[in-house]
Amino acid sequence: MNEYISILLAGLLTENMVLAKFLGICSFLGVSKKINTAFSMSVAVTLVMVIASAVTYPVYSCLLVPYSLEYLQTVVFILIIAALVQLIEIVLRKFLPSVYKAFGIYLPLITTNCAILGITILNFTNQRIDCFAKAIVNALGAGLGFMLAMLLFSGVRKKLESCNIPKALQGLPITLIAASIVSLSFMGFSGIV
Amino acid sequence: MSKQSCFSVLTAGLIKENPVLRLVLGTCPVLAITTSAINGIGMGIAATLVLIGSNLVISLLRKLIPDKVRIPAYITIIAGFVSIIQMLVKAYLPTIDAALGIYLPLIVVNCIILARAEMFASKNNVFLSVLDAIGMGIGFTAALVLMGSVRELIGAGTLFSLPVTSNVIDPMLVMILPPGGFFVFGVLVALSNKLSEKSGKKPAKTPDCAECGSCDGCINCKESESEVTVNE
Repeated sequence: MNEYISILLAGLLTENMVLAKFLGICSFLGVSKKINTAFSMSVAVTLVMVIASAVTYPVYSCLLVPYSLEYLQTVVFILIIAALVQLIEIVLRKFLPSVYKAFGIYLPLITTNCAILGITILNFTNQRIDCFAKAIVNALGAGLGFMLAMLLFSGVRKKLESCNIPKALQGLPITLIAASIVSLSFMGFSGIV
Repeated sequence: MSKQSCFSVLTAGLIKENPVLRLVLGTCPVLAITTSAINGIGMGIAATLVLIGSNLVISLLRKLIPDKVRIPAYITIIAGFVSIIQMLVKAYLPTIDAALGIYLPLIVVNCIILARAEMFASKNNVFLSVLDAIGMGIGFTAALVLMGSVRELIGAGTLFSLPVTSNVIDPMLVMILPPGGFFVFGVLVALSNKLSEKSGKKPAKTPDCAECGSCDGCINCKESESEVTVNE
């Protein structure tokens, strides 16, 4: 049980997807302007991360490894993710239209989000993950970590909007420097897991 | 087609439309692997090779790929080239492979490659697409090396693993840690904004359109702004 908790905490704090591993930066900078869009986006990302891990883990260990096709990992994973995103979209539209409305527009866009492909590959490079359940917990932790970073950062950006910033720093540069300070604060967690 | 236009396609990626500092594409590897200048070169060359291959093939197939399934088709082509590069690097450059780690397969979802496929290769002939890929690739590599050098110099006191200031002053380790990545990138974009402001150009756009949400979306919002179609 302890192992599962430490994997979850690592994804949430010390190995945070955005602030320590630099995955999903585009969406981190792109949709963190408002807190509600940031929330919908991160729920969609977390959902796809968990489902994608649940599919890619058995495919890799039961199909690619026995036939020594490991080199196809990248191609197979990106195709699985693209197909899954389409499938989730169809299922949501049919059975949960209200949920679909809430984050439907973000779904097709996260096919090319590097955080999703990143976590499915990280499930196999991380030494601590040796079974299916741990891979799922890892994906959940990473997704929640992404959400935490997005929500915190959308608060920071709200404050930034009312500041008087030198012209050359306006927009992207000051956002990146703010992200640097948020990331610095997350380094304080290092060593707890 | 004049020589002038070939030359302008090749050089556009270097400064005017530098993929990293001006178009702000492919931020993930830029931030993650620039802990040293050598890593920057490794990543830059790997991405350039993928870019040349994918631009070449996509431009050849541009009339065959149906419009509706073009994005999945592009991603599959790009993933193929990434796998080739991944295997080559693993076989011949194991140290680079260890340094780049997970970011090597992640070239698949690098916005620059998909953006060039969508914005350029799908509209222009093979020759120009390859030129564009080379120009963009060199621009990407140059930005990565610049950022890697700054971070390595301040964070470790070395440049291309040769000691520069490490014997004189203590290096500031935070620069090669994640916060340093965000900080140096922010400062570099600010500098490039300042310089382009003097020559009367628009500052680098934040990828912040609400409808965007990810790298894929960036293509759509960048498309209107910097459409490159060279008339033959």
